[in-house]
Amino acid sequence: MAPEVLEAMLPYFSEFYGNPSSMHFFGGQVQRKVNVARDQVADFLGADPSEIVFTSCGTESDNAALLGALDSYPEKRHLITSRVEHPAIGNLCSYLGRKGHRITELSVDRDGRLDLDELKESLTDDTAVVSVMYANNETGVIFPIEEMGEIVKEKGIPFHTDAVQTAGKIPLNMKKSTIDMLSISGHKLHAPKGIGVLYIRKGTRFSPFIIGGHQEKGRRGGTENVPYIIGLGKACELAKKHLEDENTRVRALRDYLEQKILEKIPNVLVNGDRKSKLPNTVSVSFEYVEGESILLLLSDLGICASSGSACTSGSLEPSHVLRAMGVPFTAAHGSIRFSLSIYNTKEEMDYIIEHLPPIIQRLRDISPFWKDYLKAQGKG
Amino acid sequence: MWEYTEKVKDHFLNPRNVGEIENPDGVGEVGSLACGDALRLSFKLDEKKKIKDVKFKTFGCASAIASSSALTEIIKGKSLDEAIKVTNRDIADYLGGLPEEKMHCSVMGREALEAAIANYRGQKITKEDFEIVCKCFGVTDREIERATRENNLKTVEQVTYYTKAGGGCAGCHPKIEAIIEKVRAGMEKEAPPAKPERRKLTNIQKIKLIEETLGREIVPALKADGGDLELIDIEGNKVYVALRGKCSFCPSSEVTLKQYVETKLKEFVSDDIEVEEVRP
Repeated sequence: MAPEVLEAMLPYFSEFYGNPSSMHFFGGQVQRKVNVARDQVADFLGADPSEIVFTSCGTESDNAALLGALDSYPEKRHLITSRVEHPAIGNLCSYLGRKGHRITELSVDRDGRLDLDELKESLTDDTAVVSVMYANNETGVIFPIEEMGEIVKEKGIPFHTDAVQTAGKIPLNMKKSTIDMLSISGHKLHAPKGIGVLYIRKGTRFSPFIIGGHQEKGRRGGTENVPYIIGLGKACELAKKHLEDENTRVRALRDYLEQKILEKIPNVLVNGDRKSKLPNTVSVSFEYVEGESILLLLSDLGICASSGSACTSGSLEPSHVLRAMGVPFTAAHGSIRFSLSIYNTKEEMDYIIEHLPPIIQRLRDISPFWKDYLKAQGKG
Repeated sequence: MWEYTEKVKDHFLNPRNVGEIENPDGVGEVGSLACGDALRLSFKLDEKKKIKDVKFKTFGCASAIASSSALTEIIKGKSLDEAIKVTNRDIADYLGGLPEEKMHCSVMGREALEAAIANYRGQKITKEDFEIVCKCFGVTDREIERATRENNLKTVEQVTYYTKAGGGCAGCHPKIEAIIEKVRAGMEKEAPPAKPERRKLTNIQKIKLIEETLGREIVPALKADGGDLELIDIEGNKVYVALRGKCSFCPSSEVTLKQYVETKLKEFVSDDIEVEEVRP
């Protein structure tokens, strides 16, 4: 979390504890600050403040978008999404499938790219909503969201995108967009965990997911989480400022790290289309080793990465994203991801580059398949 | 993040006996790259036919590497007849326990050992002899049956934790359920349900438990008949009570005490409880 964000939040835990929905002056001054935060978020997204609905997290935003759309078009039973969504959409769609909705999951190719023709062919008169993530959280691949939105809007169908992984990484401007609804989450913007936003374009049919009071203009019941809203507002202001840094300095750090990994370690695959990728994501698969082992050895050195391997999650299969992309079985279990931010430095990249190759070598020395592979290559 | 014991971490960070023995007496290999873990175990015997040297190579997560390392330490110096008795529990216990979701790592160790010993003895274990129940991970009915019996598994989820069976498409869950039912039915026939083992109580726990049992199981029933009972004292396994109300005049009070109160206390507290009545 950004220190400026914490600083902005603190007074709203103590001094200014009024309820923004109250009529008295004490609530009123808090209401004004909530409005400032709403303006900050709107400015960051290129939206109108009235289009911003605060929620408790990205998952709630996703649930609200899909269920709100379904509720607004009760006669329609079909949804379109992709095979590589975050569980907030993926598991929700499986649930809706069990409840009798028809779900189309768009596939991705070996580089994690979607096929626009498949989207065109999938749209029907029965389609209530299309929801495709802006960029994939595991590979960082950015999808052609505006083109997809255009195709969907031609049919008059609402279009939602989960931009949790995207916001703050690449510029978003709802004024020049085909997106009807967009989810973001605070913790990916250096705001705290436990706050999110659903952007709802004016004129989009919507009905609330959390039913209650008149808060958020009747679009989300529940007393406003004032300190977190203030924090998210501040974080959006900072994110807008840092956007250029993300796309120049952080992108350069990412390219440097990725390039060095490829140079220094044999049998590595970069997951996802390198031409269309978030500037902060490195997703690589190491053949013949397993991801959890890599993560634990990295963690021992103070390096925090994440993995699409099975063993880290408690599931037994590699992540649905890697499987959907058809990552070869020699590498599917050995994938890890580094997510960089504006707070990372070149020294940290060099530290990773120094320590990662011996870790991979050490695990390959333990792995029965590495020597077999070398033998088969005539190198052993 | 998994909660691994210090021993697991140690065997992961400093694995013992890594490698492959040249000209081994026995080699066993289980798992595959596609399944996400695999273990190749090789050993050499000394002139007394005891395991002189054993080495492993493992592809897998931290607990798979630690389980393999632990296995080699456990079986070193053992005869093959002793080694074959090592169970997946022994491996997990050696490591101070594994997260339940990771128990399949200990099962993999045991299977590799078995395969290596069979290889030495010239026996063949082929999966074709058994039905492959879980097609995603290639797990046979024999493997599921054995893990269920040896680890007293009750649910499909547990079977998945221990054998990986059912962890993919979930299509085999009904079959796994049927196997669990069959194995458990067989187990109950073999051994009538043993009395639940009681842990040893401290004096305070015992006194509390006696009070609770009297209050919950005995007094309400006596009160329903217009009687009552008071706990006077507890000495070792002797419980002194006094009857109150109607019970104190009741000619069958001797029976009430012995049969009713003592049975209940034996059931809920301890088998050696004796009840004595204190006359006013």
